[in-house]
Amino acid sequence: MAIGDWIRNSQVWKSIFRHPAPRDRRNRIVVMLTNVFLHLHPVSVRKSGIALSYTWCMGGITFFLFLVETVTGVLLMFYYRPTLEHAYNDILSLRDVATLGILRELHRWGAHAMVISIWLHMYRVFLTGSYKPPREFNWGVGVILLVLTLLLSFTGYLLPWDQLAIWAITVGSNMARATPFMGYEGPGAKFLAIGGVELVHSGSDARFLLLGGRFVGETALLRFYVLHCVALPLAVALLIAVHFWRVRKDGGISGAL
Amino acid sequence: MDSHAHGLSSSVQNGLGGFYLVCALMNFGFAAYFHFQAKNRTQVAIWGAVGALFALMSVAYFGHFGWSLSHGIKDFVDRIMNPVSYFAISILALAAVLYFRRFFTNPIVAWSVLMITLFCSGFAMTDPNFTAIITKPDNVPIVILIFSVGYFTWLALRLAVINDDRIARGEPPMEKLEEDKVLTWPDLVYTELICMVVFTFALVVWAYFLKAPLEQPASSAKIPNPSKAPWYFLGLQEMLVYFDPWMAGVVLPTFIIIGLIALPYIDFNTKGNGYYCFNERKFAITTFLLGFIILWVVLIVLGTFLRGPNWNFFGLFEPWDPHKSLPLNNVNLSDYFWLYGFGKSVGSMHWLIRELPGILLVLGYLLLLPPILAKTILRDYFIKMGFIRFFLLVTLIQFMALLPIKMVLRWTINLKYIVFIPEAFFNI
Repeated sequence: MAIGDWIRNSQVWKSIFRHPAPRDRRNRIVVMLTNVFLHLHPVSVRKSGIALSYTWCMGGITFFLFLVETVTGVLLMFYYRPTLEHAYNDILSLRDVATLGILRELHRWGAHAMVISIWLHMYRVFLTGSYKPPREFNWGVGVILLVLTLLLSFTGYLLPWDQLAIWAITVGSNMARATPFMGYEGPGAKFLAIGGVELVHSGSDARFLLLGGRFVGETALLRFYVLHCVALPLAVALLIAVHFWRVRKDGGISGAL
Repeated sequence: MDSHAHGLSSSVQNGLGGFYLVCALMNFGFAAYFHFQAKNRTQVAIWGAVGALFALMSVAYFGHFGWSLSHGIKDFVDRIMNPVSYFAISILALAAVLYFRRFFTNPIVAWSVLMITLFCSGFAMTDPNFTAIITKPDNVPIVILIFSVGYFTWLALRLAVINDDRIARGEPPMEKLEEDKVLTWPDLVYTELICMVVFTFALVVWAYFLKAPLEQPASSAKIPNPSKAPWYFLGLQEMLVYFDPWMAGVVLPTFIIIGLIALPYIDFNTKGNGYYCFNERKFAITTFLLGFIILWVVLIVLGTFLRGPNWNFFGLFEPWDPHKSLPLNNVNLSDYFWLYGFGKSVGSMHWLIRELPGILLVLGYLLLLPPILAKTILRDYFIKMGFIRFFLLVTLIQFMALLPIKMVLRWTINLKYIVFIPEAFFNI
């Protein structure tokens, strides 16, 4: 008896995969129904819906890159401390000392690629009219996911704590102080005053909320770190689940019902 | 392109040698396609010859006697490049591609455009200023963005042209010919697996050969010039030239997000659901391409490659001189109205009176224009869409049009602000 057959007939194997290998039609259906990850897919798909020239595979690539970012990100967290004292030096040692010295590169280029692939995914969905009924809601979920992807990338940009990081985030977060009514240099903020005391000032406005301070310093680093590693990925994971679920429930990736 | 390259470093020469080798191989592959598949002798000869030309250039650069771009051409390019010509050319190019889509989506034409682009890019890379910007590690994604957006726009328009022809003949679009279902295992899961393997490989190669940038440790004392946001926000940063931060950084991005989410509820056209087409969705696709290509990608490319110290505009080959100064004589609308129109100084006026012309103009644009459009040229749309959809659509397009309007006003009459109330940070 071949070793492969022995393994496939063992109690352990059968407890994990409770059906024969997917070589015939029945088991190819069963495999999709009994595996939680494969169950993200429907059992069968329209032939036109899996042609690369049609889908460009960009949604799948975006999800794949999200997984890459998660795995490399978790590994990076082992090496990185979000404090003024350590942040920059930890990144230096990641490059110079750590084994597998391309971890940060994988993470950074993966993030750039994810921004591009999610734009192209949106581009494809638009050009094939796949946002039309019954998929209006899922398009909206996708827009939020796109915004969150940009925010993930933006919050991660600060973490190396080099000149590139701090000034890019300074330029970006300076916008927040111009938020109407909520930024201290925003229109309308001056009218929010009680008895001559301004409610919205540089220590209480939207920018302060974002940075935890009046400039990009250690509190900002901590806030961006927590947003980048915990809050935003959780939100993205939740919305990805909704997004995929709705693709199935709305009758596949595109086309009228 | 005649002057001999004495100044080209050997790494640039080798890089260009490799670049032209890839170009040559691409053309040989294209020729092989015509030889084995399409059996078109003429095309085999043409692309074989183009491939040979690239191969010759590759040999020349690998042998370290390649050419570099002459100063005359560089100066000429720098001289004709400015924000106005950059936008004009971008918009004209997009309009031409859409209008002559049948011509431009022909694979041979598209291939020729790509080859001309690559040929010019190769020569451009002999310039140290250009190479310095284009090969900055964080700018590499934008090069990928340019080529992938170009490729996918071509692909989508080509499929659209084919489907438009089919629909005109009364046939269903190609996608409808493959309505029958296939099993996800193996057809889809294996595609996904191969895709993952290919992308993992590509990402590892990219990560191995290109180091992630790491500059000097952060210092709040040393402000770099230019200070740039991450590349995907450079379109927004470019808008700061024309608007204050509350518009460029808060209001307009909010409208982009709202507009995108509202899009499926506004677009009442039920055609074009699930296949590429153009004729059935001319308005929707043109508007979206204007937004995505011109007001997003083109702005990002401008912000990355053409904006230097003090956010000044620099031509492709122009050194980034921090002392370049441009005359700034921008004028507010209130000055135009009161000073030039009535000869009154605005200095002592109450801000409400001073800014009344601008405020009325903005209110008129936002509140009066939609109903006027609903009564006149867009009457059919108004009737078909209903009150809410119509006003949402018009308002969103009005906000989208704010940037081009402000650009044109700046370029033509040096207008700085339409409404200028610095007392309340309310400048438009």
